[in-house]
Amino acid sequence: MSSGASLYALQRLVEQLKLEAGVERIKVSQAAAELQQYCMQNACKDALLVGVPAGSNPFREPRSCALL
Amino acid sequence: MATDGLHENETLATLKSEAESLKGKLEEERAKLHDVELHQVAERVEALGQFVMKTRRTLKGHGNKVLCMDWCKDKRRIVSSSQDGKVIVWDSFTTNKEHAVTMPCTWVMACAYAPSGCAIACGGLDNKCSVYPLTFDKNESMAAKKKSVAMHTNYLSACSFTNSDMQILTASGDGTCALWDVESGQLLQSFHGHGADVLCLDLAPSETGNTFVSGGCDKKSMVWDMRSGQCVQAFETHESDVNSVRYYPSGDAFASGSDDATCRLYDLRADREVAIYSKESIIFGASSVDFSLSGRLLFAGYNDYTINVWDVLKGARVSILFGHENRVSTLRVSPDGTAFCSGSWDHTLRVWA
Repeated sequence: MSSGASLYALQRLVEQLKLEAGVERIKVSQAAAELQQYCMQNACKDALLVGVPAGSNPFREPRSCALL
Repeated sequence: MATDGLHENETLATLKSEAESLKGKLEEERAKLHDVELHQVAERVEALGQFVMKTRRTLKGHGNKVLCMDWCKDKRRIVSSSQDGKVIVWDSFTTNKEHAVTMPCTWVMACAYAPSGCAIACGGLDNKCSVYPLTFDKNESMAAKKKSVAMHTNYLSACSFTNSDMQILTASGDGTCALWDVESGQLLQSFHGHGADVLCLDLAPSETGNTFVSGGCDKKSMVWDMRSGQCVQAFETHESDVNSVRYYPSGDAFASGSDDATCRLYDLRADREVAIYSKESIIFGASSVDFSLSGRLLFAGYNDYTINVWDVLKGARVSILFGHENRVSTLRVSPDGTAFCSGSWDHTLRVWA
């Protein structure tokens, strides 16, 4: 019974590994270049990276204090 | 009989060696394309300057450890959940609490905001994921409208709505992930493959298609096809539990944070780990990671109470943020990237910008 279960599990593992082995891959140099390109293209919109004009980040705006 | 037993043992042995040789072949294939490191490609990119990031808001109100948080698409509301069973919806601009509900269980480890902003989902030790419509009607109690959607056989560790309020993806201590229809509570797809508790999940950015990534106590990160339930890629390079996974904004990669004190970046098209974010001085686990809008920065919350900010391309740490007085358990960048929020075992949430 237990050997039946591990047989099944192993069969599934082998099938899964065959699937993963068959994945199409590209070179790291190409993948890295594209990750970098995405960063560069979107850097100007990234408020945490480049900051935004004073007043347009709602969290950085000074909060008004009411003097009672 | 006796001969059957022998035959089965042979088959087991054959399968085992086939599995081993396939694993070896997978590593070989991956290694063939490993022609360069990410930080080498990024050498000519300008280094980042000094960062001034401070706590701009502190959200106080939870009575115990904050375990999870999520932003609303409106970029200002936040839902958070705690060990004391409370789930609170905050307006992060004013720090006002807009809604609060007490769950019937403690350790609400997962919470999520619906894309419409009209509901939240949460769960934890109750093994369920429940959806609460948000109502401003003072006569209606949130708890009355609660809808139980997901049922697991162990704790709920993570949940996320898909592109609409209609479907929820869950991850559980029972080792599986599952996709549910919110209206009917029906199980649409289940995802089996992790060898231990699944601790986290993240949906691919909508343009990239129907996949999600999960991380677990089996040290693996797995990428799944939501329609077929199949695991399409798996990565096992962390040396301990994977606590947090988050897609790179383009959808071509994802980062993970682990109890092994490192964060790692995996490129999906190269099918391998392409960067490790670590330092000898960082010895506590990373509980939670998220990218800035462009993907250049990786924010990671750690069990040593700090948040480290990493240059994703160059692999270097660019900033450490202090402020929390206990473990950072959860961290998300706001939908428009103007701020990020961290939650901690010190009972508070902080919004940084």
